[in-house]
Amino acid sequence: MPIYNLKVNGKDYRADVAADTPLLWVLRDHLGLVGTKYGCGIAECGACTVHVDGKAVKSCVFIVSRVKSLKVTTIEGLSEKGDHPLQLAWDEVDVPQCGYCQAGQMMTAAALLKQNPKPSDQQIDDVMHENLCRCGAYHRIREGVKSASKKL
Amino acid sequence: MTTLNKSNRRDFIKITSMTGSGLLLGFSWFSAEAEMPMIMAKANFAGDLGFNSFLSIATDGTITIFSPNPELGQNIMTSFPMIVAEELDADWTKVKVIQAPLDTVKFERQLTGGSGAIPHSYKRLRVAGASARHLLVTAAAARWNVVATDCTTNNGFVINSKTGKKLSYGELAEEASKLTVPADLPLKNRKDFKIIGSSVRNVENKKIITGKGIFGLDFYREGMVYAMIQRPPAFGTKIKSVDAAEAKAMPGIIDVVSFKNNVAVVGKSTWEVMKARTTLKVEYEKDGNIESSSDHNQLFISLLDNGKITQRRKDGDVDTAFKNAAKIIKSEYQCPFIPHNPMEPMNFFADVRQDSVELVGPTQVPASARAATSKLLNIPENKITLELTRLGGGFGRRLQNDYVLEAAELSSIIKKPVKVIWTREDDMTGGSYRPAVRYRFEAALDDKGNMIGYKLRGVGINVGNSTRENNFPSGAVDNLLIDSAEHISPITTGPWRAPVTNFLAFAEQSFLDEVAIAAGKDPVQFRLELLQKARTNPVGAIRYSIDRMETVIKQVAEKSGWGTKSGVSQGFSVYFSHQSYVAQVCEVVMNDKTPVVKKIYAVSDCGEVINKSGALQQVMGGIVDGYGHAMFGKLTFKDGAPEQNNFDQFRLIRMKEIPEIEAHFVDNGIDPTGLGEPALPPTGGAVANAIFKATKVRLKNQPFMDEPPFSEAKAF
Repeated sequence: MPIYNLKVNGKDYRADVAADTPLLWVLRDHLGLVGTKYGCGIAECGACTVHVDGKAVKSCVFIVSRVKSLKVTTIEGLSEKGDHPLQLAWDEVDVPQCGYCQAGQMMTAAALLKQNPKPSDQQIDDVMHENLCRCGAYHRIREGVKSASKKL
Repeated sequence: MTTLNKSNRRDFIKITSMTGSGLLLGFSWFSAEAEMPMIMAKANFAGDLGFNSFLSIATDGTITIFSPNPELGQNIMTSFPMIVAEELDADWTKVKVIQAPLDTVKFERQLTGGSGAIPHSYKRLRVAGASARHLLVTAAAARWNVVATDCTTNNGFVINSKTGKKLSYGELAEEASKLTVPADLPLKNRKDFKIIGSSVRNVENKKIITGKGIFGLDFYREGMVYAMIQRPPAFGTKIKSVDAAEAKAMPGIIDVVSFKNNVAVVGKSTWEVMKARTTLKVEYEKDGNIESSSDHNQLFISLLDNGKITQRRKDGDVDTAFKNAAKIIKSEYQCPFIPHNPMEPMNFFADVRQDSVELVGPTQVPASARAATSKLLNIPENKITLELTRLGGGFGRRLQNDYVLEAAELSSIIKKPVKVIWTREDDMTGGSYRPAVRYRFEAALDDKGNMIGYKLRGVGINVGNSTRENNFPSGAVDNLLIDSAEHISPITTGPWRAPVTNFLAFAEQSFLDEVAIAAGKDPVQFRLELLQKARTNPVGAIRYSIDRMETVIKQVAEKSGWGTKSGVSQGFSVYFSHQSYVAQVCEVVMNDKTPVVKKIYAVSDCGEVINKSGALQQVMGGIVDGYGHAMFGKLTFKDGAPEQNNFDQFRLIRMKEIPEIEAHFVDNGIDPTGLGEPALPPTGGAVANAIFKATKVRLKNQPFMDEPPFSEAKAF
């Protein structure tokens, strides 16, 4: 199998996996980065969202051979000390319920805020609509994004 | 069930020293006098009902509280410790919470289901905190050579009220641990609560937001292998033949084994196993009824007409009442199957060795899972350990042990530690669904618009009693008949958040809206009149609190400005939900010809609110869940096979579809009656009644998206 040299959260990793392996499973099974979650495998739920080259992608359908030298960021690398404005806001607003979808929610929101630090309510809803939360924590997810935006 | 009695109260404290890190005060709470809530006696949840817990105070003042119950988003890991910390007068910032493994000796009712954890444990947890506090005060009084009544506690310190001197709990832990606890310790007056009733953030937030919260799928053990199982694609079929040659030859595959109706592909990584499984050539043959949803629709009508009927409740003489009626209203309501769809699909880790078993993963019923594993493998329970991870949602799906047992069985066959992983497709097509149900209602009105007769007949699939015969309006109608029929199917069903009532409440509250309108009465006033009748002239047994129900109705009417608003159409619903009471008003506006749900008001009486923040999550999440599934939820079958298998085909509610929610709680100081489920059942009715008000279209079948006016709307 081919060997892939990956740059994830600023660190260098090597993974010996098949070329069609989704980035999600490389992160989880081969690099031990299990913060990124599996929810559907077909890019419908957003639980697996990570950043590739600064953009939000669904890692369950983004195969490892496409990563090449692009920088990958996962929830574990969103900030060094867990103090990204979204992480602070998520705690302050007390967003998580079961918590399973939250890494994906935050990575989706982080890509939005990077591109547009002051999104309108409509822009937040349009982007966050991509991510499912089965606990129905949508009100606080929305509030968390708004609160983080104010910290930027 | 463990018998609770007072006689063992005196010896319920055990002292264990913990080398190197202060002292561990071990409490067992068999003695506390909380009554087993009715729901548990009724609920069909297996599981051990013995309870005690574990609380340690380190010499640095750190308080560690073990949280026994599975955490699936109901926030039990925060609310349980809050109750202990309240009576302990602890400094909340020094409390650490650890998920306890299964331990049926130390813990009672270590399960998540039936909205029963807080109701069951409230007094036990308070006694635990108060006991520790008492020991700390006694130790401080001895050290100062004063009487205990000269000491008070605050925020982790004992204070000498004469001198103002203080000692921290950590400084006193060692001495305190040598003392014994007297019986009948007083508990705090609720007006002195500082932690209970406040908003406390989820104690696991920091882990979750940094990707460190460990769910079942995240668990890893050195030497572990991964497995996926191909199960029969249709209910009512079994394996005829298996050709796994291609799968076995694929990279990373260790073995393919068949057991029962399962073909398990075992390998070195998830993706390799997932890919190899697609190459399996398995033939299936008929092994029971092969059913389709279209058959069920016909079957329901015939069973309602001519099925084997079980009577559930009968008051008065319905035949005469309907014969004498000035007006009769008849209506039928139906819901489809729905899967639970927790965001984390089913999975479990099992390591079965010669004479011991290690189980790790997400289950709502660890004790039941262990007992079932013991029976399956013929290994005694005391040789089996079960450790809980976080659960990525449950909604009732993880009350079943199927996915635990197949992991244990596979590990025993391959003789390796294994994690069995379900894909989303496996999860959605794997059974244990909320069953399809149909209800037939009939009401008789006299010439003054009084409801003199009421009939409800339910028919469901593998659901047993699809009614809740003692819920409102039973007790308020002179002549009443509630009965049910059932169809037994190979399609597996099980409890789904707010079992039965998740759909019954919608049907009943919609029908009562129909009756109120036919009687020419305001829907809120109609309910209040019925409750007044139940109070002054009750019929048969009444199993709900008239006062509590009346209070939530009146409060939601006031909060929502019921009947006073222009520009919005309001719909009302109220339900005695498990052991709590929730009333809701939904507001709808029209966007051209399509109704838009703008806002839902909810007033909940769940007794004492432990954590305001967590309580709001349960109510808001419950409403979103109830609304989302009423609007979109539908799993259909063709020739025994589910027709939807992932989120591209099964629609879940998303952010742009949620209404504004305004949630209030009744402040009455009643001991907690549960909140994980209660806010969900009333929502469908409030929404449908508001839509009727706006459009004159009565929604009788779920999901609403398949019914007019939604089915006629563009791009809904």
